[in-house]
Amino acid sequence: MKDYYDVVVVGAGPAGSITAKTAAEKGLSVLLIEKRQEIGDPVRCAEGVSKVWLRKHINPESRWICADVKGSRIFSPDGTMIEMAEEVAGGEVGYVLERKLFDRVLAYESAKAGAQVFVKTRATGLIIEDDFVKGVRLMHWGQEYDVRCKIVIGADGIESKVGRWAGIDTSLKPVNIETCAQFLMSGTGIDQDYCYFYLGNEMAPSGYVWIFPKGGGLANVGIGILGSKSGKKTAFEYLNDFVADKYPDARILEVDVGGVPVSGSIERTTANGLMLVGDAARQSDPITGGGIINAMEAGRIAGEVACNAISEDDVSVERLNEYEEKWRSTIGLEIDNSLVVKNVFINFTDKELDGLAHSLQDVNFSSMSLLDLLYALFKANKKLLWDLRGLFRNVVKNELDFDH
Amino acid sequence: MTIKVNKFKCGYCGACVGVCPAGALELVETWIEVDDNCTSCGICAKICPLGAIEVSR
Ligand SMILES: Cc1cc2nc3c(=O)[nH]c(=O)nc-3n(C[C@H](O)[C@H](O)[C@H](O)COP(=O)(O)OP(=O)(O)OC[C@H]3O[C@@H](n4cnc5c(N)ncnc54)[C@H](O)[C@@H]3O)c2cc1C
Repeated sequence: MKDYYDVVVVGAGPAGSITAKTAAEKGLSVLLIEKRQEIGDPVRCAEGVSKVWLRKHINPESRWICADVKGSRIFSPDGTMIEMAEEVAGGEVGYVLERKLFDRVLAYESAKAGAQVFVKTRATGLIIEDDFVKGVRLMHWGQEYDVRCKIVIGADGIESKVGRWAGIDTSLKPVNIETCAQFLMSGTGIDQDYCYFYLGNEMAPSGYVWIFPKGGGLANVGIGILGSKSGKKTAFEYLNDFVADKYPDARILEVDVGGVPVSGSIERTTANGLMLVGDAARQSDPITGGGIINAMEAGRIAGEVACNAISEDDVSVERLNEYEEKWRSTIGLEIDNSLVVKNVFINFTDKELDGLAHSLQDVNFSSMSLLDLLYALFKANKKLLWDLRGLFRNVVKNELDFDH
Repeated sequence: MTIKVNKFKCGYCGACVGVCPAGALELVETWIEVDDNCTSCGICAKICPLGAIEVSR
């Protein structure tokens, strides 16, 4: 390890590895550190990812893809099923990954691009001088090191401290986190071509149960509930109840737990000499909980902006605003829309969820986007979904255009 | 004032660290460390997916 780099990236998840790869490809000297001794393990993910978006970052390889999914089946509390084909599901499904391998492959990609990678190496603080972040303090095999750099990237996930050290309060309120538990199971007997979602406040208050195929008869069976609804009963207990009821004979081969930020865009993700990416920047989707793609998108933008800023010898928060602007005008828009949907969704009663599902029984789903689906729901349930109206400005405008 | 993390239950996922308003928690590889800034507010215990945290006031 050297004592100086252009960029130090803290955390080797998808956000950190893509940032490191992008910056290294542009010729910067990059250090990528990961506190775990094994990248990607333990898994904190259901591993579902959109094919189209994944391909923008890496060519799919069979060794880290467990299942190729055709569509989703969503069940309302009374069991009414809505089936969405792949092109309809808005790309939220597509592949189910093996994150333990996928994350390591992404880190390897950054190494191939020239980044130095150190595992079992934890950032313990920032070096801050004259209000500029100038490097990181590290703990590596029980030894402490100071490493200086021009830009620090906080890609340190849900448990991020990097932003806080630089004065950005990233703490999440209970209503802004989904608390999750998951089993990798054999013997569920699900159709491996589909992802399953179960809604209902008894089963998963302000959240849902998911079942994602993992190939070879395995499946990720998991649950996320809103933090504000957790406490008396934990996500783990909800999951045990679901599984005992639905798959009493299935076997549990792995347990995963974790939290997903569902706060929507936070106020600030940059400081002098610092950018936050991925879950550290709370960039996961507030309605689906998906964060892999957003993490990779943000990582690419941050890597590019790091290069631009360093080549102009200006890493001030003003210069790094290019990152804020670019992510907020791309993934940020979707995050903001999803936050509107989340705020409506978390207050639905089971009866309302059933009503929504029933209202879609006669809708033809052969060629709809997720927005079209929401619009169909909106048209049939205007009163209940009135708060969503802002999402359809463009849809409505197009329909008006038609009238002319 | 502090919390007690049952290390036999903890899944070291870091969710508690993400919600701590005081920044008092840290996920160090496979265990949670708590520093003096803990106010025993209990948010971490509330959201822990495994119920591994107990608040002592
Ligand atoms: C139960 C669950 C299910 C999910 N399902 C999906 C899904 O199906 N699809 C989807 O797209 N998303 C899903 N997500 C969200 C997704 O897992 C995250 O959004 C994604 O992993 C974010 O990537 P990241 O690189 O920002 O953070 P992470 O993948 O969390 O990586 C952060 C890394 O930083 C390291 N780190 C932290 N602090 C330090 C430090 N001080 N020093 C060094 N290293 C440090 C950590 O060890 C970790 O490896 C799910 C999340 C959960 C919890």
